[in-house]
Amino acid sequence: MTDNRLSAGQRLARLLTLSLLLCLLSAWGTSAVAAVSESQARTLLDALDTGNFQAKGEAAQAIADSDAEQKMRWLQALLDGRLGKERRGDRFYIITDDSGREWPIIDAISYEDAGTGTRRTVDAFRINNDLRTQLQGIMASLSLASGDEASRLQAADRLLGEVSSDNVETVRRTLADEESPAVRERLEMALALHAVAQGDAEALETLRGNLDTRVRNALTPIAAGDDALAEQTRAVLDGIENKRAWYSRAQTLFFGLSAGSILVLAAIGLAITFGVMGVINMAHGELIMIGAYTTWLIQQALPGQPGLALALAIPGGFLVAGAFGVVIERTVIRFLKGRPLETLLATFGLSLMLQQLVRTVFSPLNRRVSSPDWLQGSWQINEALSLTLNRFGVLLFCLAVFAALWALMRFTRLGLEVRAVTQNRAMARAMGIRATRVDMLTFGLGAGVAGLAGVALSQLTNVGPNLGQGYIVDSFLVVVFGGVGNLWGTLVAGMSLGVINQVLQPWVGAVLAKVFVLVGVILFIQKRPQGIFAPKGRTS
Amino acid sequence: MTASDNPQAIDRSRQAFLSRSTLLTSVVLIVGMLGVLVLNALPDGNPLHVSSATVALLGKYFTYMLLALAVDLIWGYLGILSLGHGAFFALGGYAMGLYLNAQTSPLPGWQAVMTYFPVAALAIVLAPGLLALVFGWLAFRSRVTGVYFSIITQALTFALMLVFNRNEMGMGGSTGLTRFYELLGFSLSSEGMTVALFIASGVAVLLAFWLCRAIVVSRLGRVSMATRDAEARVRFIGYRVDHVKLALFVVSAMIAGIAGALYVPQVGIINPSTFAPLFSIEVVVWVALGGRATLYGALLGALVVNYLKTVLTGAVPDAWLFLLGGLFVLVTMALPQGIAGLLARRRGRQEASA
Repeated sequence: MTDNRLSAGQRLARLLTLSLLLCLLSAWGTSAVAAVSESQARTLLDALDTGNFQAKGEAAQAIADSDAEQKMRWLQALLDGRLGKERRGDRFYIITDDSGREWPIIDAISYEDAGTGTRRTVDAFRINNDLRTQLQGIMASLSLASGDEASRLQAADRLLGEVSSDNVETVRRTLADEESPAVRERLEMALALHAVAQGDAEALETLRGNLDTRVRNALTPIAAGDDALAEQTRAVLDGIENKRAWYSRAQTLFFGLSAGSILVLAAIGLAITFGVMGVINMAHGELIMIGAYTTWLIQQALPGQPGLALALAIPGGFLVAGAFGVVIERTVIRFLKGRPLETLLATFGLSLMLQQLVRTVFSPLNRRVSSPDWLQGSWQINEALSLTLNRFGVLLFCLAVFAALWALMRFTRLGLEVRAVTQNRAMARAMGIRATRVDMLTFGLGAGVAGLAGVALSQLTNVGPNLGQGYIVDSFLVVVFGGVGNLWGTLVAGMSLGVINQVLQPWVGAVLAKVFVLVGVILFIQKRPQGIFAPKGRTS
Repeated sequence: MTASDNPQAIDRSRQAFLSRSTLLTSVVLIVGMLGVLVLNALPDGNPLHVSSATVALLGKYFTYMLLALAVDLIWGYLGILSLGHGAFFALGGYAMGLYLNAQTSPLPGWQAVMTYFPVAALAIVLAPGLLALVFGWLAFRSRVTGVYFSIITQALTFALMLVFNRNEMGMGGSTGLTRFYELLGFSLSSEGMTVALFIASGVAVLLAFWLCRAIVVSRLGRVSMATRDAEARVRFIGYRVDHVKLALFVVSAMIAGIAGALYVPQVGIINPSTFAPLFSIEVVVWVALGGRATLYGALLGALVVNYLKTVLTGAVPDAWLFLLGGLFVLVTMALPQGIAGLLARRRGRQEASA
């Protein structure tokens, strides 16, 4: 929608520019066409025919400064190694396709078709790396002078670090005429970089805190010296490094929080059921998987509408997984009351059966759930910091689910009863709370939240029968770390484990980071067996 | 006054050690083993001939039975459910694997010491034993019990699986250790070696069974059963519950390590999938199906489930996980005492009617 409006606006702007140009042209008459005569063009091109690369560079600059209409095309052809001279004669050609042995060629001045040429008949002008860099700079400053904002911005961007004493005047002139702030900023950056290279310390101020890698790369050799300028440059570079480090820390934090939000989503259902019933539901991971498969199924039913499918999958995943949970509670867990180890084994058996069921029904292959447009791509804040939208969405989703659960526990009748049963089952029953009903609803709720975790996960990874398997150990660690039956504890524990894992990863690698976290949690519960937030009072 | 000072106490424990089930199990094990050997010695054409492949399979079952014993010792008599015993099994297996690899090509770095069998044999019991000691000390000291302990053992084996999957470990990464040719100077592919490993495994099961039995009827065993039933009370009486737990846990881990070491030459490979939580929890279901706290139940369960697995994964591979999962549910809900419980109940009924 926005895109369309933008491009319509651009089109309008282009149209206006065009008509304006036409008016100008008709006013100026023939002088504005100002093409150089053929002999002048020939002289310009002839200057390129030299073995000396410096002379060639001067010749290219002369072409750029001339009024020749064809100069962009010449320079581009020269850059591509497709501009050449007839070996036995004095015509200049542009090779339009040099892939084969016989090249189709056109006349460089009149653009007339000149048949074909070969290596024998056409002598292409050679360039070296220095000349290539110089040509790119010249081309950039040429395209700065023309084109729409996007191409000017691109050209200005290319100029960064390419400004030399040859084209610095052109760039300054362009800057004076330029109106777009984004292009101006880039041009100023490029000029400042050139000025610093020339020994101008004041220009450093413009570059302070700049995050562009090219600025850093250009400043590094300058900082290597030992004069006053180098010292100042070092200070600026330190500032840049500092800023980059902060942004990369912010990035790590974001990734950690997003990994943590998955952990929280996976663990919070477990925390509720474990807190209320003292039951470890080993099939919790498979309930996550069921939520993910529900998302996939809804998406299959609504092809081409991933947004709507995702919106439907949120209640859908909750209900389907919740229904599975209630069935599991009614048929198995109810009969194993007070035998937590047996419950653990039985639910593990259920998890195996659910996995195999999915494998049999949907095939063991992984399925891809596509994300709606607004969850794709990333939000580029600056050079050093970009947030992937799907992870950002999951983070928000996790916080929303957490808030909803917290409100449910805090403000509803069910929440009150759940808290009562968690604290003291016998006393709660004595007060007339039907503990078995609370058990069933809690289990259904925990399973439903697992389903929501599955919906979220389907946006990050592929959906397969083993999706949930890996989460049970992690989720349990979160529950233990945060304190049993404690929502806030689960949130803090999940987020901190996610962040710690992400911080450790660059140092020791993904696998060892995970191992360290495991060992860390085992050591932590030595000190605080009740988790971060120990229940207050005599609850056990 | 300790039990050994009192002649009556010794007598009582000897009686308990030589209970009917112990005798019966020992006899069945010995007769079964000899029977298989005799049938294996029969000429090929004989309808009763047992092929070497079957002997190798039975040898593998023996190592599983050993592992089941280890789990039953701590789950049945101490009440701690380890979901990570596969880790000890695998550690013993890796120690053996390193030794076997060293027979063909010299190993780099510290692993070179594994070239010598006595060192390897020591490593087979010490590696799992030390891990159990450190882990158990940490866990029991802070009174991690019940499901907490179970999940933490699962986390342990999961973590080890991740670590052993890394190529940097020098343990063959995800492929593990394989290409074994020689054990103690004899070729591993010969039929004599198959039979020898079968006998070694069978004898190991028998010895471990007697050892566990001896532990169970000793004072240590009685304290551990008391711990299982009322931990706080035992602690208040003055026993160091954590020490009791640690002792049994370490012994159990060592038995599991030996099982792993015997398993590797018979199967020909050891890789990180042995550390997978699923394997460890499968072991628990063997014990649960056979019957907790009976020892012979563990042996029986390991044999039955693995036989079923061999048959079913060949015939209907898809059904195996359904059946295994169903077994978990069935055993916990309908057969809390396992097969051994069924047998005991029948015997009880017979005695009552007699």
